[in-house]
Amino acid sequence: MLGALPPPGEAHTGVGGARRAVGPSLVVGAALVALVVAAALVSFVWVPHDPTFVDATHRLEKPNGTYWFGTDKFGRDVFSQILVGARTTLFVGFVSVGVAAVVGVPLGLLGAVTPRWLGDTLMRVNDIVLAFPALLLAIMLTAAFGQSTLVAMIAIGVATIPSFGRLIRSGGLQVMGTEYVLAARVAGRRTAGISVRHVLPNVANLVIVQSSVSFAIAVLAEAALSFLGFGTPPPTPSWGRMLQESQELLFLAPRLAVFPGVAIAVAVLGFNLLGDGLRDYLDPKLEDRR
Amino acid sequence: MTFDAVRPEPTDEPVLEVSDLGVRVGDRELVREVSFSIARGERVGLIGESGSGKSLTALGIMGLLPEGLTATGSARVARVGHDLVGASERRLAKVRGRDLAMVFQEPMTALNPTMRVGEQVAEAMLIHHTRPDRASARRAAVALLDQVRMPEPAQVARAYPHQLSGGQRQRVVLAVALANDPAVLVCDEPTTALDVTVQALVLDLIVRGVQARDAALLLITHDLAVVATACERVLVMYGGRLVEAGPVRRVFTRPRHRYTQGLLAASDLLAVDDRGRLATIPGSVPPSGDFPTGCVFRNRCAHATLECETVPEWTGDSVADGFACHHPAAPDEGWREGGQK
Repeated sequence: MLGALPPPGEAHTGVGGARRAVGPSLVVGAALVALVVAAALVSFVWVPHDPTFVDATHRLEKPNGTYWFGTDKFGRDVFSQILVGARTTLFVGFVSVGVAAVVGVPLGLLGAVTPRWLGDTLMRVNDIVLAFPALLLAIMLTAAFGQSTLVAMIAIGVATIPSFGRLIRSGGLQVMGTEYVLAARVAGRRTAGISVRHVLPNVANLVIVQSSVSFAIAVLAEAALSFLGFGTPPPTPSWGRMLQESQELLFLAPRLAVFPGVAIAVAVLGFNLLGDGLRDYLDPKLEDRR
Repeated sequence: MTFDAVRPEPTDEPVLEVSDLGVRVGDRELVREVSFSIARGERVGLIGESGSGKSLTALGIMGLLPEGLTATGSARVARVGHDLVGASERRLAKVRGRDLAMVFQEPMTALNPTMRVGEQVAEAMLIHHTRPDRASARRAAVALLDQVRMPEPAQVARAYPHQLSGGQRQRVVLAVALANDPAVLVCDEPTTALDVTVQALVLDLIVRGVQARDAALLLITHDLAVVATACERVLVMYGGRLVEAGPVRRVFTRPRHRYTQGLLAASDLLAVDDRGRLATIPGSVPPSGDFPTGCVFRNRCAHATLECETVPEWTGDSVADGFACHHPAAPDEGWREGGQK
């Protein structure tokens, strides 16, 4: 009558138990993200040239053995700028997604576990922030606090809070309706304990997926802000600003726009695919549809 | 499988006393005037069709009604100085899991999928500080898993719920419920979702668990055989009201309320009419709150008369043994006549 227990960690039956296949978007996404991360890490120990060194004798060089991606109008090495720019991109992504998650996840949890009217009120406030254009917010903050990477990151982060809040609330409400939360209440758990011990671990996959997707949006937003001159100030290399600087030379040296453009595309695509792949991988309910 | 022999003498002092309990949503009354009490060590079954208000009664006692539903009346548990109905969430949380524990129907969803089961059992004790620290709570959890006869309890404690079968999970849920030696254990259809082979085992473990603790058991089910096996007294519910109560032996052999009679006749799988069909209670349970006025059963009862438009009085020796019916079956009628012609 007593079924033998499979040792923990081994293959088993049941909803969450089956080993799920790793989807193609997860693999491609992870590879592209790894490329960006590798570029950023390599830039700490090695770059072919100082990315901020202005060399008037080597302006607008075509790609060659010395300057792999050529040089820009100031004679700075494009490849080195791309490498160091990856740092900026990741830094901005991590901090802004961090800000968004650290504020948005508790907000969403609060919205899920508190009485309906309070949760609804919180979400209306959330919607107001959501309705506010992110770029406008960033431009306002920059106008008020001056141009810096930090201000850009915080602006992007604040603008991303509502998407976390919303998602975690809906996921949290679902968890609050489960029998194990009822069982936890039967066991005498109070709301705070239920949120931390039961709801949070069960919406963690949503947080991971949303972080990845938001990362892509943050990368794009940083590029857009830098392009508009509200992001990372010179001389720190940034893909968005490289794009902006290449603008006036678009017909003379289109490669100056292509390299940072491709870099941005790789990072955005990578994090988007990673997010999609993780969602499929972590969500048992989507298993059958694949 | 009967447990009469081992049961300690029930004391008269009730550990769970429910009086005039009601559950309503807006103007609709889903449960009305439910009164009963359970003594220490006593095992009571609560039976009725789906939709008769059994689970709402239990949730009302626990203070766990869904948002929008309110309970009225009173429910008291021994060792707790206040009424559970209308108590604040803070006070209720102290009672739940310590004095009053509950086992649910669906073991597949009653455990948190992201926590090891030993941790979930240990937590039940840590919430109420009945063990001084996490290490001792973990040891106690393994002992509890052993008590519910999990094979290799130390290893099971480290498993996640999805690694266990339904019967094993239900035993973990039972271990959680028994962790703090509650005075009252409420089981809501504890065996319904299980394989037939596992049902008897789980039922046996529940009875043993409450006996070892001298706890009272309120067993909610629509399986009459389960009640006959595990309980000494039975409460019959229909339409949100208690319609009959009494010792299992009396109620199951000499039911007085026409609903109880019909329920028993319908559970006899050997009795068929001349066309070979099983006995049924005609009609179906009306939606919650849409029961007829007066006797709630009158629109499905073959014996109903105009008199049944008034609410029947409780008749019988006591609240613990009686019925509410205008046209009760004769004391010696039995239930074989209860099937409708």
